[in-house]
Amino acid sequence: MVTNQASIKRNGVQDYVSLRATAVIIAVYTFFMAGFFITTEEITFDVWQGLFSGIAMKVFTLAALVSIMIHVRIGLWQVLTDYVKPTGLRATIQYVLNIIAFVYVAAGLFVLWGV
Amino acid sequence: MKKQRPVNLDLNTIKFPPSAISSILHRVTGVAMFFALLFVIWAWAVSVSSPEGFANVQALMDGLIGKIIAIGTASALTYHILGGIRHGIMDMGHWEELESGNLSAQVVIGLWVVLTVVIGVALW
Repeated sequence: MVTNQASIKRNGVQDYVSLRATAVIIAVYTFFMAGFFITTEEITFDVWQGLFSGIAMKVFTLAALVSIMIHVRIGLWQVLTDYVKPTGLRATIQYVLNIIAFVYVAAGLFVLWGV
Repeated sequence: MKKQRPVNLDLNTIKFPPSAISSILHRVTGVAMFFALLFVIWAWAVSVSSPEGFANVQALMDGLIGKIIAIGTASALTYHILGGIRHGIMDMGHWEELESGNLSAQVVIGLWVVLTVVIGVALW
């Protein structure tokens, strides 16, 4: 119980499912944006801002950002546990990187708010 | 180690199989994108907030550094998605044998190189 709470990863099955569930959202968002860039002839400021002004696109973008935060939390843990062996150092790096991931979401939220 | 074991230090004879290269590329592109997001989200935030910001980002994207960051990020994202799709198919029980696993890795890497060239030409 204590080990489970103290370890930075939580549950293998949960991580497995979360990683894939978020990957699908990020991939769909990527395909959507790629489609937008390919099909839009000239992207002006009005077109660009208009894209993010609708509530559906705001939700979609926020969902993608939250997905990135969850995806990155698991993915970086997988990479760091393989290459950074000292626990204290790894925990510190993960702490900082996860804060950066949160900053991405928070910054995105407030930008979407103002559009 | 007490036992005498043969050690192969002739690095020219050691080669990563395609599946290993695919695996490390997936990691490298993932970590690279995490840091690239700093630029992507900044550029998005500035460009969507005001016409001046949009013009600034547009000018930056026309510069050499902007183009390198944009193409590099798009290329990393392309690989990560291709590798991710390969992982998804492997989750369903395919391409798990030595031969098929290496072949799918080679196809993914080949496809990535082609798409990177296409994206590079389109964005330049």
